[in-house]
Amino acid sequence: MSVISTTQNPDRLNFTIVAEFDATVDRVWQIWADPRQLERWWGPPTWPATFDTHEFVEGGKALYYMTGPDGEKARGWWRITSLDAPSSLSFDDGFADDDWNPIDNLGVTKTAVTLEDVDGRTRMTTVATFVSAEQMNTLIEMGMEEGMSLAMGQIDAVLAG
Amino acid sequence: MPPDRLTYNQMVVDEVSDADLDRLFQAFADTTRRDIVSRLLRNEHSVSSLAAHYSMSFAAVQKHVAILERASVVSKEKRGREQIVRIHLVGIERARALLAEYETIWRRRVDRIADILAEDQGEPS
Repeated sequence: MSVISTTQNPDRLNFTIVAEFDATVDRVWQIWADPRQLERWWGPPTWPATFDTHEFVEGGKALYYMTGPDGEKARGWWRITSLDAPSSLSFDDGFADDDWNPIDNLGVTKTAVTLEDVDGRTRMTTVATFVSAEQMNTLIEMGMEEGMSLAMGQIDAVLAG
Repeated sequence: MPPDRLTYNQMVVDEVSDADLDRLFQAFADTTRRDIVSRLLRNEHSVSSLAAHYSMSFAAVQKHVAILERASVVSKEKRGREQIVRIHLVGIERARALLAEYETIWRRRVDRIADILAEDQGEPS
């Protein structure tokens, strides 16, 4: 299994997930840096993500949308608050309306990612902190869509990973 | 917006309303309130003994406690002339349940990343 540990801090509304991959730090960095690779894993299979803009530099923004089972689109934005290739990345992540204006009252998730070499493998530590209930609910709903599809036949792929 | 949010909320968050969640998030959105919660996780305190730890007025600390109380994170009880504040675990448990759901989303992301990386080595995903 790729996931090494997870830690929840409910009093701070954040959690940490640590994973290790059989790949170099440079290779794992690419799955964040390359929008075509990023969109293969950011959204669940039933809400796949498409990144229209991906300015992968400090201060840069990313604009993406996730397409639901009935063709509905949920738009989101990132603002990259720090970036030190290939070892660390922090960004704010929120929802946007159809014109890409941030929907402020849906709030922001702050994510900090660290990549480090551990004996030729790469350890990825991700800390996600929530700022609003709406944001968390909406993200979880999208995750639930994925849960349904997993139940309907993708379990093998997960176990093989 | 996914159409089934109400169904979903009832299923997972045990009928906690959005208004409840907003109060919960508001409760944790402030450094002082998080500090108060971390003190109360160790021990119950009177409002005045809490206030002694902060450079703000007693009334300001009382206001923070009231916000935590509205979010069901703490409960308050009058004991003689003191108001005793203690952690109300249900509030923390709600936050924990929500984080557990979000953790699942990230576990699946990690699985997908592993699948993509496995393709490099010529293994079928």
